[in-house]
Parts: sequence; structure tokens; C-alpha cells
Amino acid sequence: MTATIPRLTPAPPPGTFLGMPAFPRAAKEALENQQLRKNLRHVTQTIRAKRSTRAEEVENWEDLRTAGEQIKNRVGRHLDQYLLQAEKAMTEAGITVHWARDADEANRIIVEIARAKDTREIVKIKSMVTQEIDLNEALEEAGIAAWETDLAELIVQLGHDRPSHILVPAIHRNRSEVREIFREEMGLWGVPAPEDLSDDPPDLAGAARAHLREKFLRAKVAVSGGNFIVAETGSLVIVESEGNGRMCLTLPQTLISVVGIEKLVPTFEDLEVFLRLLPRSSTAERMNPYTSIWTGVTPGDGPQDLHVVLLDNGRTKVLADPVGREALRCIRCSACMNVCPVYERVGGHAYGSVYPGPIGAILTPMLRGLDSDVDKSLPFASTLCGACNDVCPVKIPISDILVHLRNKVVEKKTAKHPTVESTIFGGVGWVMAKGWHLALVEQFAGLAGKAMKKQSYIGPIPLPVAIAWTRSRDIPVPPEQSFRKWWAAREEEGK
Amino acid sequence: MSAREEILARIRAATVDVVEKDPVTDVPVDWVYDQPTPLTDVLDTFEENILDYRARIVRTPASGTADAVVAALAAVGAGSVVVPGGVDATWVAAVEAAGIEVVRDDPPLSHDALNRVDAVITGSCVSMAETGTICLDHRDDQGRRALTLVPDRHVCVVTADSVVSDVPEAVHRMKASILEGRPLTWISGGSATSDIELQRVEGVHGPRQLFVVLQE
Ligand code: SF4
Repeated sequence: MTATIPRLTPAPPPGTFLGMPAFPRAAKEALENQQLRKNLRHVTQTIRAKRSTRAEEVENWEDLRTAGEQIKNRVGRHLDQYLLQAEKAMTEAGITVHWARDADEANRIIVEIARAKDTREIVKIKSMVTQEIDLNEALEEAGIAAWETDLAELIVQLGHDRPSHILVPAIHRNRSEVREIFREEMGLWGVPAPEDLSDDPPDLAGAARAHLREKFLRAKVAVSGGNFIVAETGSLVIVESEGNGRMCLTLPQTLISVVGIEKLVPTFEDLEVFLRLLPRSSTAERMNPYTSIWTGVTPGDGPQDLHVVLLDNGRTKVLADPVGREALRCIRCSACMNVCPVYERVGGHAYGSVYPGPIGAILTPMLRGLDSDVDKSLPFASTLCGACNDVCPVKIPISDILVHLRNKVVEKKTAKHPTVESTIFGGVGWVMAKGWHLALVEQFAGLAGKAMKKQSYIGPIPLPVAIAWTRSRDIPVPPEQSFRKWWAAREEEGK
Repeated sequence: MSAREEILARIRAATVDVVEKDPVTDVPVDWVYDQPTPLTDVLDTFEENILDYRARIVRTPASGTADAVVAALAAVGAGSVVVPGGVDATWVAAVEAAGIEVVRDDPPLSHDALNRVDAVITGSCVSMAETGTICLDHRDDQGRRALTLVPDRHVCVVTADSVVSDVPEAVHRMKASILEGRPLTWISGGSATSDIELQRVEGVHGPRQLFVVLQE
């Protein structure tokens, strides 16, 4: 047995994202969590409605989306040029630029910088990329405490939990749970929550402010992600709401920003496109409360030692697939999640990755490869309804990429044994190929409908394929009369 | 091979299908940059959107700015205020005359000292009406970034000629500051979160009160 070393930060739940069960099982577990379903429905519906208002009030929204698509395509197709340009501009502005092939390399670089600063703790701005590389645990192992400073991330960290939504990572927690977490945990790691803490959100936010301010004022090193890097000027951009980002970007002497290699935009002017698309699509605001843009070191203002870690970690694999590479345009706004009927029901944890929802279903298997069960199941975590395609501010054809990946998964399986998927796809092909095939299927469904008349919902169907699908869904009983029959009868009547 | 060389090589291998090597020719961008957003009244829209963020705003002719700043400090309940070096001397004189303690950032205050000051007064660089956003480029009348972050109240003077319709015009105007290497901070209302049950809470880490003095 190894001796237990006391942790510097709250322990996350056991296991890693990769070790999580494949989508169908994880989804079933999530569906059983009533609180999660209720909160998710509330958040996705609210943001969804607001987002469409914010998009509609921009007269040339569609042109703006096209601009986002084109600019990002330009970057992706010429990524080497733009990276070199950005590297040069950043270096000239006083930033030390590092390159990391994968998560381990990125973590090693960050640990080394932090060690050289002789610090035992760092403060962090919410960043998906640092979750992707599991930086907090790498720092913990190196004896450095990593503190999350975004309110939701703080709730997740203190709750020994995982984020469930890109935008509102603690959406699976309600206010009384947050109060309990704060009361139990804050005192163990810093300034405790007040004795009489209520579960009123302003009170809870106040407790977080007091708890974190101590950490901000004394921190020597901060770690951030980055929403954009302007290749032309070497400027970094971070959009946020709470001001914890500004604290991290301004107060510590050293700032390390970990940024995916796809996060570039060519010119400063291009920001006029993205700084309109992002807040409206993301938090459904005209503008997010704070945006920070910095170009290297400013003497006497903010961190004097700046580092940028450019991270590949599978992105070049995505780039190599001419269909899949469109996913690299993603600006992580989360609009696709908020419209997704599957995500609304199962939540972010079921996707076994830091990138949940429709974008996660395409990006994760491409970043990691289609090897694990989780990754093979992800392209199937969708009904292909296409709602995500319509809201995506950079016009990523998510459902096309899903179908493309499904084909790849099916291809991967041995040709000798026809698989469930190829049977289904074959079957779907047969049904759709000829009108009378569909009519035949509908007749059977109609008969089944008659047989099940007393029940209005079908529970799990005891067939190997159907069971996986129906276990987590309530399927309305097929109507006795199919749409085609009804249409034909209507036509008849009209004559 | 270094990580840099390897990643660049991977990118080149991944994009062998791209034959046209000039990015601009390869992918045309149809967008027309730097277009104003049509608004009936830029200043009215700016005012509305500031209020929409639950920040406060007062409009004044230039002759009334000093008094408006003093009134704003009183309204947010500030007993002490940090003043960047380049702030208009007449405002500072008025603030001192009103009995509010003026703190200078010269020599630079420690984080803790700054944390004990109630408020900050600054000018601003560009503002956007459609989004209610104020941009700072941290010149002398705005001070280093920490000054507008750590104190809990921010009184910000915006001149009418610095207010543009929307993001594109503002980005265009700020290019000069970027080329000078200045950091930019865009402020839309104030610090806010909706992390707990999606209820909006004003003021988590940044200043909890923003008071805008719009000088016409
Ligand atoms: S795929 Fe599109 S909609 Fe989804 S997070 Fe990325 S940018 Fe937003």
C-alpha cells in the first residue's frame, strides 16, 4: 500500500473521463438523475430562447456566420503560416512561446515554469483546454495546488465533481447543494464560508468572492486558456463574465496561457466578427461583461512574465480529415448543446469527455481516435435532427460530420461479422429506398400500435438493438394510422 | 525533432490537399469590415444598454463633469478613491473639496493597499452603443489594469465623441492602441454570474458598481 499524501486541493471523483462508460450506459445513469434533468431543461430552454432573440436582432447575422466560417477556414487551411506569424508577433511582444505535442508535454512545460517560480499554488481561469489535458491533477502530483476561480468551476472543484456544461459547469447543482458544498469545503482550503450562509445566489457569490480574493491577492502564477490569438499582432483575447479572469490576467507576476493551435484569427479586425458571434451565441448577451486583450508584456501593468503554450493534442489529426476538419472552427460557445434534444436529457457527464453535446460527439472521437468504446459510441449520441447546425455561429455541419464518423466506426468493425450498426444502416437504407418498403414498416408499426393500445408509452423493447435505444427513451406508441395512410385518406376525402 | 517542428510537419501533412498557398486567395472572406450599425440615436442607445446592465449613467455637459464625478462617488458610497495620474485635475480638485480621500498610484500601490480603496475614477477610450460596452486602453487617464479591477466601485467618464455604434467601428478605432502594444479591457455593465440556477448575480470579482458619466 502506498502512503496517502494529503491532497493540496479537493480530490476529483475517481476515474478519468476516458475511463468513463460508453455513452449509452452513462446516458442511462444521467437520465436517472432527476435534478440534473430538471436543471438542464431549465438552462437549455432559457438560453436557447435568449440566444435566438440575440441572433435575430443582428440584421446581417447570417453574413456574420458566413464570415466566421470563412475566416476560420482560412486559418485552418493555412495553419502553419498563421502559427509562425503568431509565434513571431508574440515573441517580439515579450511572450515566451512553447509548443506541446500532447497533454503530457503541455503539463510538463507548465509544471516546469511554476517550479522555476518556486510557487506552491496557481490560480486558474476556467478553460476547457486545461481540463482536456487534466492540468490540475498534473500540478497536484507536482506538489502545486491549482485553484479554480470561476464560480461554477469552484463549485465543481469544491464538490469533488466534474463540469457538466461548457458554459454553466455546475448546472447539475441547485442552490442548497451549493451552500452545503461551500459550508463543508471552503474552510478546509482557505477562507471559510460565513456561519450563517444562506442559499440565496447573491450570498453564495459573496462567499466565493471572499474565499477567492485572498487567493488572487497572493498568487504568483496564473494559468489561463485563450479564446483567440490574433496572428498578425500576437494579441491574446479572453472573454468572461465574473472578473475572475481579469484577476488572474492582471495580478500575478507570471501568466501561462494554454491555447489550442486552432484558436487563431488572422487580423485584429477579424475580432469584429467573433466578438459579436461569441457572446450572442454563448451567454446570449449582446456582450459579455469583460473582455481582456493583451499584446505581450506591458511594463508596470500586469504580469511581467508571459508564456503561451500552443497545444496540438490531436488537433492535427482532426485537420487531416477534410470532412472532420470543419470542427476545428469551433469557438466553444455551447449553442449546439443548448438546442440539442439528446444533451438536454442526458447532460454533459454522459459524453465521457470535457467536450459534451453535439460538438463533443464529433470532436472527441476525432481528437482521441475511434478506439475506445466511449469514442466509438459518441457519433451515435445524436438523433441527427440538425438543430445544432442551424445555431452554430461558425456553421459547422455537425450532423454531416456525425454521419461521416458513423461510417468510419462501421468500417472499422470487421467485415466478416455484420455489425448491429451496419444492419441498422442497411435496414434504414432498405426502408427509405422505396416508398412501399416504408409503407410496409409503417403497417407493422401500426399493428403494434393496436396491440399496445392500452399503454401510451412503450417501455424497453426486448430486442438486442432496440433495447439500447428505448431503455433511455419514452417512445410514443405508434399511431394506428400512419401519416401516409392518413394523407391518402385525406386526399380521397377531398376528391 | 522539436515539438515545434513536429507539429508544423503534422500540419503540413494534414493539409497536403490545400494547393493554393496564399490564404487570402484560397479562402475569400466576403465580409465588409468596419460598417456602422444603423441606430436612431447612438447616445440614447448607449444609455439604454448601460441601464440594461443595471449600471448607472448620468449625462452632463463638459462644464458639469467634475460635479457629476463627485455626485457619482457619493452615490456609490465611496469614502476613498484611487486616481490615475492622467485624470483631469479639475475633477480631482472637486473630489478633494468634497472631502473624499484621494489616493495616488505613485509609487504603485500594493494589491492589499488597492484592495482597501473604495473606488476608482477613470476616463475611457472607445464605447459601443449597441452593446453598452466601454473600452479602456489603459492610458494615463485610465491607469494600469489593476486599478479598475480591485476597488469595488468604478466611476467612468465617457465622452460623447468616443461612442460609436457597435463592435466593428470600435475594433477599427482600437487598432491604434493595439499597435502601440496597449492592453485593452472591455467592460459591459459589470462583473456578473448566472452560475447558480441561472439567476443573474451582479458583482462577483470585478467592481460591483459601475457609474458612467457621459460627457456631451
Ligand atoms: S460547434 Fe458551433 S455551436 Fe457548438 S460550441 Fe462550437 S461554435 Fe458553438
